[in-house]
Amino acid sequence: MAELKLFRTWSTPFALRVVWALNLKGIQYDTIFEDLSNKSSLLLQYNPIYKKVPVLVHNGKPLVESLLILEYIDETWKQTPLLPEDPSERATARFWAKFGDDKVLLSVWNVFIKQGKDQEEAIVTAQENLGFVERQLTGKKFFNGETIGFVDLAFGWLANLLSVWEEICGVTLIDHEKFPMLSEWIQNFAGAPIIKESWPPRDKLITKYQALREVYTSKEAPK
Amino acid sequence: MAEVKLHGRWYSPFPYRVIWALKLKGISYEYIEEDLSNKSPLLLQYNPVHKKIPVLVHSGKPICESMIIIEYIEEKWPQTPLLPSDPYEKAKARFWVKFVEEKAPAFWSLYRSTGEEQKKALKDSSETLKIVEEQGLGEKKFFGGDSIGIVDIAFGVIAHWFGVFEEIVEVKVLEAHAFPRLHAWKVNFEEVPVIKENLPDRDKMLDYFKKRRIESLSASQ
Repeated sequence: MAELKLFRTWSTPFALRVVWALNLKGIQYDTIFEDLSNKSSLLLQYNPIYKKVPVLVHNGKPLVESLLILEYIDETWKQTPLLPEDPSERATARFWAKFGDDKVLLSVWNVFIKQGKDQEEAIVTAQENLGFVERQLTGKKFFNGETIGFVDLAFGWLANLLSVWEEICGVTLIDHEKFPMLSEWIQNFAGAPIIKESWPPRDKLITKYQALREVYTSKEAPK
Repeated sequence: MAEVKLHGRWYSPFPYRVIWALKLKGISYEYIEEDLSNKSPLLLQYNPVHKKIPVLVHSGKPICESMIIIEYIEEKWPQTPLLPSDPYEKAKARFWVKFVEEKAPAFWSLYRSTGEEQKKALKDSSETLKIVEEQGLGEKKFFGGDSIGIVDIAFGVIAHWFGVFEEIVEVKVLEAHAFPRLHAWKVNFEEVPVIKENLPDRDKMLDYFKKRRIESLSASQ
Protein backbone atom coordinates (compact mmCIF):
# COMPACT_ATOMS: atom_id res chain seq x y z
CA MET A 1 0.00 0.00 0.00
CA ALA A 2 1.24 3.49 -0.80
CA GLU A 3 2.83 5.27 2.10
CA LEU A 4 1.26 8.55 3.13
CA LYS A 5 2.41 10.67 6.04
CA LEU A 6 1.14 14.05 7.17
CA PHE A 7 3.36 16.30 9.25
CA ARG A 8 1.26 18.77 11.22
CA THR A 9 0.77 20.54 14.53
CA TRP A 10 -2.34 20.05 16.69
CA SER A 11 -3.65 23.55 15.90
CA THR A 12 -2.58 24.77 12.49
CA PRO A 13 -5.59 25.41 10.23
CA PHE A 14 -3.45 24.81 7.14
CA ALA A 15 -2.86 21.15 8.03
CA LEU A 16 -6.58 20.76 8.77
CA ARG A 17 -7.27 21.43 5.09
CA VAL A 18 -5.18 18.40 4.21
CA VAL A 19 -6.78 16.27 6.96
CA TRP A 20 -10.23 17.15 5.59
CA ALA A 21 -9.25 16.45 1.99
CA LEU A 22 -7.79 13.03 2.84
CA ASN A 23 -10.77 12.16 5.07
CA LEU A 24 -13.31 13.28 2.43
CA LYS A 25 -11.66 10.97 -0.08
CA GLY A 26 -11.35 8.11 2.42
CA ILE A 27 -7.55 7.95 2.15
CA GLN A 28 -5.49 6.29 4.92
CA TYR A 29 -2.44 8.10 6.23
CA ASP A 30 -0.14 8.39 9.24
CA THR A 31 0.10 11.58 11.26
CA ILE A 32 3.29 13.02 12.71
CA PHE A 33 2.78 15.87 15.16
CA GLU A 34 5.54 18.44 15.14
CA ASP A 35 6.66 20.77 17.89
CA LEU A 36 7.53 23.95 15.99
CA SER A 37 9.86 25.13 18.73
CA ASN A 38 11.87 21.95 18.15
CA LYS A 39 11.42 20.91 14.54
CA SER A 40 12.32 17.37 13.60
CA SER A 41 15.22 16.80 11.23
CA LEU A 42 12.76 15.02 8.93
CA LEU A 43 10.59 18.14 8.65
CA LEU A 44 13.64 20.30 7.89
CA GLN A 45 14.71 17.78 5.26
CA TYR A 46 11.25 17.66 3.67
CA ASN A 47 10.61 21.42 3.73
CA PRO A 48 14.03 23.06 3.69
CA ILE A 49 12.89 26.39 2.28
CA TYR A 50 9.94 27.21 4.52
CA LYS A 51 10.52 24.72 7.40
CA LYS A 52 6.75 24.67 7.99
CA VAL A 53 3.82 22.33 8.35
CA PRO A 54 1.83 20.86 6.75
CA VAL A 55 4.01 18.52 4.73
CA LEU A 56 2.46 15.53 3.02
CA VAL A 57 4.91 12.78 2.15
CA HIS A 58 3.69 10.34 -0.49
CA ASN A 59 5.97 7.36 -1.13
CA GLY A 60 8.87 9.35 0.27
CA LYS A 61 8.18 12.42 -1.87
CA PRO A 62 7.38 15.59 0.08
CA LEU A 63 4.65 18.05 -0.84
CA VAL A 64 4.37 21.46 0.83
CA GLU A 65 1.95 24.42 0.87
CA SER A 66 -1.55 23.36 1.87
CA LEU A 67 -3.45 24.52 -1.23
CA LEU A 68 -0.89 22.89 -3.52
CA ILE A 69 -1.17 19.70 -1.46
CA LEU A 70 -4.95 19.82 -2.01
CA GLU A 71 -4.46 20.08 -5.78
CA TYR A 72 -2.05 17.11 -5.68
CA ILE A 73 -4.51 15.03 -3.63
CA ASP A 74 -7.30 15.87 -6.08
CA GLU A 75 -5.20 14.85 -9.08
CA THR A 76 -3.92 11.64 -7.49
CA TRP A 77 -7.18 10.33 -5.94
CA LYS A 78 -10.15 11.01 -8.20
CA GLN A 79 -13.03 10.10 -5.86
CA THR A 80 -14.98 12.96 -4.24
CA PRO A 81 -13.44 15.67 -6.42
CA LEU A 82 -12.52 18.90 -4.63
CA LEU A 83 -12.17 21.11 -7.70
CA PRO A 84 -14.78 21.43 -10.46
CA GLU A 85 -14.03 19.97 -13.90
CA ASP A 86 -14.73 23.05 -15.96
CA PRO A 87 -11.53 25.16 -16.44
CA SER A 88 -13.20 28.53 -15.84
CA GLU A 89 -14.85 27.21 -12.65
CA ARG A 90 -11.46 25.88 -11.56
CA ALA A 91 -9.94 29.30 -12.17
CA THR A 92 -12.69 30.87 -10.07
CA ALA A 93 -12.08 28.39 -7.24
CA ARG A 94 -8.33 29.06 -7.31
CA PHE A 95 -9.00 32.82 -7.33
CA TRP A 96 -11.13 32.70 -4.17
CA ALA A 97 -8.77 30.36 -2.32
CA LYS A 98 -5.90 32.74 -3.13
CA PHE A 99 -7.96 35.76 -2.08
CA GLY A 100 -8.74 33.97 1.16
CA ASP A 101 -5.09 33.35 2.02
CA ASP A 102 -3.61 36.56 0.62
CA LYS A 103 -6.22 39.06 1.80
CA VAL A 104 -8.95 37.70 4.06
CA LEU A 105 -6.78 35.77 6.49
CA LEU A 106 -4.27 38.61 6.80
CA SER A 107 -6.96 41.23 7.35
CA VAL A 108 -8.75 39.12 9.98
CA TRP A 109 -5.45 38.37 11.72
CA ASN A 110 -4.82 42.11 11.86
CA VAL A 111 -8.07 42.54 13.77
CA PHE A 112 -6.93 39.88 16.20
CA ILE A 113 -3.47 41.32 16.93
CA LYS A 114 -4.45 44.99 17.12
CA GLN A 115 -6.39 47.19 19.50
CA GLY A 116 -7.96 50.62 19.73
CA LYS A 117 -8.09 52.74 16.57
CA ASP A 118 -5.78 50.34 14.69
CA GLN A 119 -8.21 47.54 15.37
CA GLU A 120 -11.18 49.63 14.24
CA GLU A 121 -9.47 50.27 10.91
CA ALA A 122 -8.54 46.60 10.62
CA ILE A 123 -12.19 45.64 11.17
CA VAL A 124 -13.29 47.82 8.24
CA THR A 125 -10.78 46.17 5.89
CA ALA A 126 -11.60 42.66 7.11
CA GLN A 127 -15.33 43.20 6.64
CA GLU A 128 -14.82 44.62 3.14
CA ASN A 129 -12.92 41.46 2.22
CA LEU A 130 -15.52 39.25 3.88
CA GLY A 131 -18.19 41.07 1.86
CA PHE A 132 -16.63 39.78 -1.38
CA VAL A 133 -16.58 36.27 0.07
CA GLU A 134 -20.19 36.50 1.26
CA ARG A 135 -21.43 37.27 -2.24
CA GLN A 136 -19.77 34.10 -3.58
CA LEU A 137 -22.26 32.04 -1.58
CA THR A 138 -25.28 33.48 -3.39
CA GLY A 139 -27.65 30.61 -4.15
CA LYS A 140 -25.24 27.99 -2.83
CA LYS A 141 -24.97 25.89 0.32
CA PHE A 142 -21.21 25.58 0.01
CA PHE A 143 -18.74 27.54 -2.17
CA ASN A 144 -18.53 24.33 -4.21
CA GLY A 145 -22.34 24.05 -4.57
CA GLU A 146 -24.15 21.17 -2.88
CA THR A 147 -21.00 19.56 -1.49
CA ILE A 148 -17.83 20.70 0.24
CA GLY A 149 -14.95 21.48 -2.12
CA PHE A 150 -11.64 23.25 -2.52
CA VAL A 151 -12.78 26.75 -1.60
CA ASP A 152 -14.74 25.50 1.42
CA LEU A 153 -11.61 23.77 2.72
CA ALA A 154 -9.56 26.90 2.01
CA PHE A 155 -11.97 28.99 4.10
CA GLY A 156 -12.38 26.31 6.77
CA TRP A 157 -10.57 28.44 9.34
CA LEU A 158 -13.50 30.89 9.21
CA ALA A 159 -15.72 28.16 10.63
CA ASN A 160 -13.84 27.64 13.86
CA LEU A 161 -10.68 29.67 14.42
CA LEU A 162 -12.47 32.92 13.68
CA SER A 163 -14.92 32.44 16.55
CA VAL A 164 -11.98 31.73 18.89
CA TRP A 165 -10.37 35.02 17.87
CA GLU A 166 -13.69 36.86 18.09
CA GLU A 167 -14.25 35.54 21.59
CA ILE A 168 -10.78 36.55 22.78
CA CYS A 169 -11.02 40.06 21.28
CA GLY A 170 -14.65 40.70 22.09
CA VAL A 171 -15.22 41.61 18.43
CA THR A 172 -17.81 40.04 16.12
CA LEU A 173 -16.65 40.13 12.52
CA ILE A 174 -19.22 37.81 10.96
CA ASP A 175 -22.60 38.74 12.45
CA HIS A 176 -25.82 37.20 11.17
CA GLU A 177 -27.24 40.48 9.93
CA LYS A 178 -24.28 41.67 7.87
CA PHE A 179 -23.21 38.23 6.69
CA PRO A 180 -26.27 35.94 6.59
CA MET A 181 -24.87 33.58 3.95
CA LEU A 182 -21.44 33.25 5.56
CA SER A 183 -23.09 32.66 8.94
CA GLU A 184 -25.13 29.84 7.47
CA TRP A 185 -22.13 28.42 5.63
CA ILE A 186 -20.23 28.34 8.93
CA GLN A 187 -23.04 26.28 10.51
CA ASN A 188 -23.20 23.89 7.56
CA PHE A 189 -19.45 23.48 7.22
CA ALA A 190 -18.62 23.22 10.91
CA GLY A 191 -21.44 20.71 11.41
CA ALA A 192 -20.44 18.38 8.55
CA PRO A 193 -19.30 15.06 10.12
CA ILE A 194 -15.92 14.80 8.35
CA ILE A 195 -15.14 18.37 9.35
CA LYS A 196 -16.53 18.25 12.88
CA GLU A 197 -14.49 15.24 13.99
CA SER A 198 -11.21 17.00 13.19
CA TRP A 199 -11.56 20.28 15.09
CA PRO A 200 -8.77 20.85 17.61
CA PRO A 201 -10.04 21.21 21.21
CA ARG A 202 -11.57 24.67 21.58
CA ASP A 203 -10.33 25.31 25.11
CA LYS A 204 -6.77 24.59 24.04
CA LEU A 205 -7.18 26.99 21.11
CA ILE A 206 -8.49 29.71 23.41
CA THR A 207 -5.49 29.31 25.74
CA LYS A 208 -3.03 29.36 22.86
CA TYR A 209 -4.45 32.41 21.13
CA GLN A 210 -5.12 34.29 24.35
CA ALA A 211 -1.41 34.08 25.08
CA LEU A 212 -0.57 35.20 21.53
CA ARG A 213 -2.86 38.21 21.73
CA GLU A 214 -1.22 39.26 24.96
CA VAL A 215 2.17 39.17 23.28
CA TYR A 216 0.97 41.34 20.39
CA THR A 217 -1.00 43.86 22.42
CA SER A 218 1.66 44.31 25.09
CA LYS A 219 4.11 45.49 22.42
CA GLU A 220 2.43 48.88 22.28
CA ALA A 221 0.04 50.90 24.42
CA PRO A 222 -3.55 51.01 23.15
CA LYS A 223 -4.39 54.18 21.17
CA MET B 1 -13.69 30.89 -32.99
CA ALA B 2 -14.15 31.89 -29.35
CA GLU B 3 -12.89 35.36 -28.57
CA VAL B 4 -9.82 35.86 -26.38
CA LYS B 5 -8.98 39.30 -25.03
CA LEU B 6 -6.18 40.35 -22.72
CA HIS B 7 -6.29 43.55 -20.69
CA GLY B 8 -2.77 44.66 -19.75
CA ARG B 9 -0.31 47.47 -19.22
CA TRP B 10 2.83 47.76 -21.35
CA TYR B 11 5.39 47.98 -18.53
CA SER B 12 3.94 45.41 -16.14
CA PRO B 13 5.51 41.90 -16.01
CA PHE B 14 2.20 40.24 -15.14
CA PRO B 15 0.37 40.56 -18.47
CA TYR B 16 3.57 39.44 -20.23
CA ARG B 17 3.34 36.10 -18.49
CA VAL B 18 -0.06 35.64 -20.13
CA ILE B 19 1.19 36.91 -23.52
CA TRP B 20 4.04 34.38 -23.46
CA ALA B 21 1.66 31.52 -22.62
CA LEU B 22 -0.77 32.50 -25.39
CA LYS B 23 2.03 32.93 -27.96
CA LEU B 24 3.74 29.64 -27.02
CA LYS B 25 0.45 27.83 -27.61
CA GLY B 26 -0.33 29.77 -30.80
CA ILE B 27 -3.55 31.29 -29.49
CA SER B 28 -4.84 34.46 -31.17
CA TYR B 29 -5.99 37.22 -28.90
CA GLU B 30 -6.82 40.88 -28.84
CA TYR B 31 -4.72 43.06 -26.54
CA ILE B 32 -6.31 45.99 -24.73
CA GLU B 33 -4.00 48.53 -23.11
CA GLU B 34 -5.36 49.84 -19.81
CA ASP B 35 -4.52 53.20 -18.27
CA LEU B 36 -4.15 52.31 -14.60
CA SER B 37 -4.56 55.93 -13.51
CA ASN B 38 -7.93 55.94 -15.26
CA LYS B 39 -9.27 52.39 -15.17
CA SER B 40 -11.89 51.47 -17.74
CA PRO B 41 -15.40 50.55 -16.53
CA LEU B 42 -14.85 47.21 -18.27
CA LEU B 43 -11.75 46.45 -16.15
CA LEU B 44 -13.62 47.35 -12.96
CA GLN B 45 -16.47 45.10 -14.05
CA TYR B 46 -14.14 42.21 -14.89
CA ASN B 47 -11.97 42.49 -11.77
CA PRO B 48 -14.07 44.12 -9.06
CA VAL B 49 -12.04 42.59 -6.22
CA HIS B 50 -8.52 43.69 -7.16
CA LYS B 51 -9.18 46.18 -10.01
CA LYS B 52 -5.91 45.07 -11.57
CA ILE B 53 -4.46 43.77 -14.81
CA PRO B 54 -3.99 41.29 -16.34
CA VAL B 55 -7.49 40.07 -17.02
CA LEU B 56 -8.09 37.42 -19.67
CA VAL B 57 -11.56 37.45 -21.13
CA HIS B 58 -12.56 34.27 -22.96
CA SER B 59 -16.00 34.14 -24.59
CA GLY B 60 -17.01 36.98 -22.30
CA LYS B 61 -15.83 35.28 -19.06
CA PRO B 62 -13.09 37.12 -17.14
CA ILE B 63 -10.20 35.28 -15.48
CA CYS B 64 -7.96 37.23 -13.06
CA GLU B 65 -4.51 36.74 -11.47
CA SER B 66 -1.73 36.03 -13.97
CA MET B 67 -0.71 32.55 -12.79
CA ILE B 68 -4.34 31.44 -12.41
CA ILE B 69 -4.90 32.66 -15.99
CA ILE B 70 -1.98 30.52 -17.14
CA GLU B 71 -3.38 27.40 -15.43
CA TYR B 72 -6.67 28.15 -17.23
CA ILE B 73 -4.91 28.54 -20.59
CA GLU B 74 -3.07 25.26 -19.96
CA GLU B 75 -6.32 23.42 -19.30
CA LYS B 76 -8.20 24.97 -22.23
CA TRP B 77 -5.41 24.62 -24.78
CA PRO B 78 -3.25 21.58 -23.99
CA GLN B 79 -0.80 21.97 -26.92
CA THR B 80 2.77 22.94 -25.97
CA PRO B 81 2.24 22.01 -22.32
CA LEU B 82 3.59 24.46 -19.75
CA LEU B 83 3.12 22.13 -16.78
CA PRO B 84 4.45 18.60 -16.30
CA SER B 85 1.82 15.85 -16.55
CA ASP B 86 3.00 13.98 -13.45
CA PRO B 87 1.10 15.27 -10.37
CA TYR B 88 4.22 15.37 -8.18
CA GLU B 89 6.27 17.27 -10.77
CA LYS B 90 3.27 19.58 -11.25
CA ALA B 91 3.20 20.25 -7.50
CA LYS B 92 6.92 21.08 -7.56
CA ALA B 93 6.41 23.52 -10.45
CA ARG B 94 3.50 25.16 -8.64
CA PHE B 95 5.67 25.46 -5.52
CA TRP B 96 8.22 27.56 -7.40
CA VAL B 97 5.47 29.69 -8.94
CA LYS B 98 4.09 30.38 -5.45
CA PHE B 99 7.60 31.02 -4.17
CA VAL B 100 8.35 33.78 -6.68
CA GLU B 101 4.87 35.30 -6.16
CA GLU B 102 5.61 35.52 -2.44
CA LYS B 103 9.15 36.83 -2.76
CA ALA B 104 8.80 39.20 -5.74
CA PRO B 105 7.51 42.14 -3.61
CA ALA B 106 11.09 42.51 -2.33
CA PHE B 107 12.24 43.23 -5.90
CA TRP B 108 9.66 46.00 -6.20
CA SER B 109 10.55 47.29 -2.76
CA LEU B 110 14.22 47.46 -3.80
CA TYR B 111 13.17 49.75 -6.62
CA ARG B 112 10.62 51.83 -4.69
CA SER B 113 12.24 52.41 -1.31
CA THR B 114 15.27 54.08 0.23
CA GLY B 115 17.38 53.77 3.39
CA GLU B 116 16.73 50.92 5.80
CA GLU B 117 13.73 49.64 3.88
CA GLN B 118 15.81 49.38 0.72
CA LYS B 119 18.65 47.64 2.56
CA LYS B 120 16.20 45.02 3.76
CA ALA B 121 14.78 44.64 0.24
CA LEU B 122 18.30 44.14 -1.09
CA LYS B 123 19.00 41.45 1.50
CA ASP B 124 15.67 39.70 0.84
CA SER B 125 16.15 39.84 -2.94
CA SER B 126 19.63 38.32 -2.69
CA GLU B 127 18.40 35.55 -0.41
CA THR B 128 15.57 34.75 -2.81
CA LEU B 129 17.91 34.55 -5.78
CA LYS B 130 20.27 32.34 -3.77
CA ILE B 131 17.49 29.86 -2.97
CA VAL B 132 16.40 29.78 -6.61
CA GLU B 133 19.99 29.34 -7.80
CA GLU B 134 20.78 26.52 -5.40
CA GLN B 135 17.47 24.69 -5.07
CA GLY B 136 15.30 25.69 -7.99
CA LEU B 137 17.22 25.45 -11.22
CA GLY B 138 19.76 22.71 -10.56
CA GLU B 139 21.64 21.67 -13.70
CA LYS B 140 18.73 22.35 -16.03
CA LYS B 141 18.79 24.92 -18.81
CA PHE B 142 15.28 26.06 -17.96
CA PHE B 143 13.05 25.39 -14.94
CA GLY B 144 10.87 23.47 -17.40
CA GLY B 145 13.82 21.35 -18.57
CA ASP B 146 14.93 21.71 -22.20
CA SER B 147 12.15 24.12 -23.01
CA ILE B 148 10.47 26.85 -20.99
CA GLY B 149 7.46 26.09 -18.82
CA ILE B 150 5.23 27.72 -16.24
CA VAL B 151 8.04 28.36 -13.75
CA ASP B 152 10.23 30.09 -16.35
CA ILE B 153 7.24 32.25 -17.27
CA ALA B 154 6.61 33.12 -13.62
CA PHE B 155 10.28 34.01 -13.16
CA GLY B 156 10.27 36.31 -16.18
CA VAL B 157 10.17 39.26 -13.80
CA ILE B 158 13.68 38.29 -12.69
CA ALA B 159 14.90 38.01 -16.27
CA HIS B 160 13.81 41.35 -17.63
CA TRP B 161 12.47 43.67 -14.94
CA PHE B 162 14.91 43.03 -12.09
CA GLY B 163 17.83 44.30 -14.18
CA VAL B 164 15.98 47.56 -14.84
CA PHE B 165 15.40 48.01 -11.10
CA GLU B 166 19.06 47.25 -10.39
CA GLU B 167 20.12 49.90 -12.87
CA ILE B 168 17.78 52.57 -11.49
CA VAL B 169 18.80 52.13 -7.85
CA GLU B 170 22.43 51.46 -8.80
CA VAL B 171 22.92 48.05 -7.23
CA LYS B 172 24.18 44.85 -8.83
CA VAL B 173 22.71 41.66 -7.47
CA LEU B 174 22.11 39.18 -10.29
CA GLU B 175 25.67 38.91 -11.54
CA ALA B 176 27.25 35.94 -13.34
CA HIS B 177 29.93 35.39 -10.71
CA ALA B 178 27.43 35.39 -7.81
CA PHE B 179 24.59 33.48 -9.51
CA PRO B 180 26.12 31.58 -12.44
CA ARG B 181 23.15 29.30 -13.10
CA LEU B 182 20.45 31.91 -12.70
CA HIS B 183 22.41 34.37 -14.82
CA ALA B 184 22.81 31.78 -17.58
CA TRP B 185 19.09 31.04 -17.33
CA LYS B 186 18.29 34.74 -17.75
CA VAL B 187 20.37 34.94 -20.93
CA ASN B 188 18.83 31.74 -22.34
CA PHE B 189 15.31 32.78 -21.39
CA GLU B 190 15.54 36.11 -23.19
CA GLU B 191 16.85 34.33 -26.31
CA VAL B 192 13.75 32.13 -26.63
CA PRO B 193 12.00 33.60 -29.74
CA VAL B 194 8.54 33.97 -28.14
CA ILE B 195 10.11 35.80 -25.20
CA LYS B 196 12.53 37.89 -27.25
CA GLU B 197 9.75 39.09 -29.54
CA ASN B 198 7.42 39.90 -26.64
CA LEU B 199 9.20 42.09 -24.15
CA PRO B 200 8.62 45.76 -23.38
CA ASP B 201 11.33 48.04 -24.76
CA ARG B 202 14.04 48.20 -22.10
CA ASP B 203 14.95 51.85 -22.61
CA LYS B 204 11.30 52.86 -22.50
CA MET B 205 10.88 50.88 -19.28
CA LEU B 206 14.01 52.39 -17.73
CA ASP B 207 12.71 55.84 -18.52
CA TYR B 208 9.22 55.11 -17.22
CA PHE B 209 10.28 53.46 -13.96
CA LYS B 210 12.92 56.15 -13.31
CA LYS B 211 10.29 58.89 -13.65
CA ARG B 212 7.83 57.02 -11.48
CA ARG B 213 10.38 56.49 -8.74
CA ILE B 214 11.22 60.19 -8.62
CA GLU B 215 7.53 61.10 -8.52
CA SER B 216 6.68 58.70 -5.73
CA LEU B 217 9.70 59.59 -3.60
CA SER B 218 9.01 63.31 -3.86
CA ALA B 219 5.31 62.74 -3.14
CA SER B 220 6.15 60.93 0.08
CA GLN B 221 8.31 63.76 1.41
